[in-house]
Amino acid sequence: MSLVDVRDLTVDFGGLRAVDALSFRLDEGGALALVGESGSGKSTVAAALLGLHHGTGARLSGSVEVAGVDVGAAGERELRRLRGGLAAMVFQDPLSSLDPYYAVGAQIAEVYRVHHKADRRAARARAVEVLDRVGIPDAARRARSRPHEFSGGMRQRALIAMALACEPRLLVADEPTTALDVTVQAQILDLLHQLRQETGLGLLLVTHDVGVAAESADEILVMREGRAVERGPIREVLSTPRETYTRELLRSVPRLEDARERRVAEAEPVLRLEGLRKEFGRGRHRFAAVEDVSLTLYRGQTLGVVGESGSGKSTLGRMIVGLLEPTAGRLEFTGQESGRGSGAQDGRRLGKDPGAGGARTRKQTGGRPRLQMVFQDPVSSLNPRRGIGESIADPLRAQGRRDEEGIRERVTSLLERVGLRADHYDRYPHEFSGGQRQRVGIARALAAEPEIIVCDEPVSALDVTTQAQVTALLAELQRELGIALVFVAHDLAVVRQVSDQVAVMRGGRIVEYGPAEQVYGAPQDPYTKELLAAVPALDPDAAAERRAVRRELALT
Amino acid sequence: MTSFVLRRLGGLVLTLFVISVLVYAVFYLAPGNVAQLSCGPRCSPEQVRQVAAQLHLDDPLYVRYWHFLTGLFAGQDYSTGTAVLHCDAPCLGLSYQSDREVTQLLLEKLPASVSLAAGAVVLWLIIGVGTGVLSAWRRGGLTERVLTTLTLAGTAVPVFVLGLVLMVLVCGQWELLPFPQYVPFGEDPEQWAWNLLLPWVTLALAESATFARMTRSSMLETLAEDHIRTFRAYGVPERAIVGRHALRGALAPLIALNANHIGALVGGSVLTESLFGIPGIGRELVHAVQVVDLPIVVGVMLAVGFAVVFANAVADLLYAVADRRVVLS
Repeated sequence: MSLVDVRDLTVDFGGLRAVDALSFRLDEGGALALVGESGSGKSTVAAALLGLHHGTGARLSGSVEVAGVDVGAAGERELRRLRGGLAAMVFQDPLSSLDPYYAVGAQIAEVYRVHHKADRRAARARAVEVLDRVGIPDAARRARSRPHEFSGGMRQRALIAMALACEPRLLVADEPTTALDVTVQAQILDLLHQLRQETGLGLLLVTHDVGVAAESADEILVMREGRAVERGPIREVLSTPRETYTRELLRSVPRLEDARERRVAEAEPVLRLEGLRKEFGRGRHRFAAVEDVSLTLYRGQTLGVVGESGSGKSTLGRMIVGLLEPTAGRLEFTGQESGRGSGAQDGRRLGKDPGAGGARTRKQTGGRPRLQMVFQDPVSSLNPRRGIGESIADPLRAQGRRDEEGIRERVTSLLERVGLRADHYDRYPHEFSGGQRQRVGIARALAAEPEIIVCDEPVSALDVTTQAQVTALLAELQRELGIALVFVAHDLAVVRQVSDQVAVMRGGRIVEYGPAEQVYGAPQDPYTKELLAAVPALDPDAAAERRAVRRELALT
Repeated sequence: MTSFVLRRLGGLVLTLFVISVLVYAVFYLAPGNVAQLSCGPRCSPEQVRQVAAQLHLDDPLYVRYWHFLTGLFAGQDYSTGTAVLHCDAPCLGLSYQSDREVTQLLLEKLPASVSLAAGAVVLWLIIGVGTGVLSAWRRGGLTERVLTTLTLAGTAVPVFVLGLVLMVLVCGQWELLPFPQYVPFGEDPEQWAWNLLLPWVTLALAESATFARMTRSSMLETLAEDHIRTFRAYGVPERAIVGRHALRGALAPLIALNANHIGALVGGSVLTESLFGIPGIGRELVHAVQVVDLPIVVGVMLAVGFAVVFANAVADLLYAVADRRVVLS
């Protein structure tokens, strides 16, 4: 008998069909990955396995059987026995998935006591045991910590510990590593792999990341708009996909091996950073988010800045645009005459005190260097109460342009340039998809005819197929307009795809800097090596290899 | 922690200073012949002038305020025309009406007010949080709709209407209780409680409505959070989810709300005390305003200001205890 047997599952939310006649099976101890982009219905399926749609207004038809329990027909009591006891779930965001008010150990103990007749002390001991099992150091003491005292990776370990507490037969992991840094992601995936080997746990992995699926699952089910597109052993589907959508999906996934074609190195620098430093906090809490960063940005080229959360990459990006003032160091703009304002011949300082503070200087022209920024979250970086045309026009108005007709004309041509339509001018941000919103963000950045655009995680909130379109658009615009791009991102494969030069950051410092093919092809710094080894491979065999490399790196 | 306490103390002093200046300014501008009121209707113009001089009513505002400050920190001698009264620091002055020290007057009235307030707070927390939890748990059901309607009605009805209706029905119509008459706790605790029951209920009902709505909405907010989904997905019974996790999340905002409501409590107390004839600070305030007895009004306002600022500081401390992620600074 299979561990999971789903037949003709259909889920409707009001008029919206989230899952459409989906059937699949998972054998005891097997691992199946549900892969799809946002809106494909994959998370809805995961929730249906635990009967989480009960009493939510969703309409289900078809049958779902998990570990011998008919989820559709089960009553409250039986459902509760299933949840946690037979099938346990691990969620995407480990911070919000734990109660902030209770100690981590207490929460695991509470769940344990729901399923086992145990006194408080025994439950607490069990919590410490499973926390230790998932690799929380000093588990007995850390069990008394609250979730906010844990790092992201430790929180996800704690959630996995909660899942293990009652020895379920199935683990449902809904995007378990999406909120984590790549090295931490690798650790969590390795942990899941190890637990499966040791306990014979069945795994249903829901993910948008084909690489994560390749690392962890034996079988794959590709979903799109609530339907199964393609299924089969993961090796087969990834190497010889039959369906067009699967092929497109796989093509869109950025790979470490994909380099962008080398641009002619005419090497005309537009911006030089020297010894840039930024401190935050006061007194004892003072720390340097960015320290001693020196980089050069060339016209028409892309500088990729890659690093994990807290590495200072976004702070660096903000300093370049001028949203943050450097504590020390120099930004020297050496670009061509921008046309507006003639100004001083030698460098003009725009910073405050050149001795103590940082300085912004510009050779040849007194005008402001034309810098723009594209932000990560295209939802929150657009004003929801204004039409997108107005948002795009903002930089023009800020420049002092007043001719409404001219502005409208320029915005319209920008909209068309980034692949939107002229009649989108008066629409509001919520009417657009994520990818379209990011196009709006790019159009806004282009409006002021910048020489440099800093993109802070421009595609990390987007689906892979959309990601590919947006990065392609950026590359095209760069070719056409000769813009210098600073591409700040955590995704190593994306950075490789778009960058000519790459700087790897850690703890505010640059640990490795050079041409992309050199940094990726022959990394010198151990941290760069560790990062590269952590990237999930699209091929199960390569994944196993990298797992071995990681184990080695961890030992050294 | 130390810096938190120091900052709060500084804030307290500043608040009290602003309150006293404002009250002085308002009364300075207010119409009415204070000397005439203080002296009585049969005083001759000569006597009225004399009283005005004694009360420093002819002095400019800042001089009068300066008198008040020196009295507060150093004590002061007051001449009543026939005798000289010494008032020790902290001296809030003498009542224009009775020549009694305001500080003493307030201390005398304090127990009745505290009795009323403490009971009402306890009652409104029980009623408010109780109905809030119940309607969050039974969301969408008949229980919730009934409770929501009731609490809405509770917010809408003014204290004096509610109190009057309760008094007429309970004491007059049904004769369940005698008409309330304040008995000090020290004399007879049982009678104290029975006689305060109606005032407590009156004051608590009006306020508990706000708490019920607040509890309900912040619990519903918590119930929509991700960690609640986690516990549902692990088979934790709804009872434990609502009682342990959702209520815990709703606790911190409730503490903050409770502190804010100490101010509202004063407003309610004034009405309730007047309505039920409780000899507390609120009733004293009403009387003092009617006869323009400035020292008493200033004294009461300072006491209230102190209570509100103090309550908020305590609430911030409790907040940090309730939510360990909050750091006091």
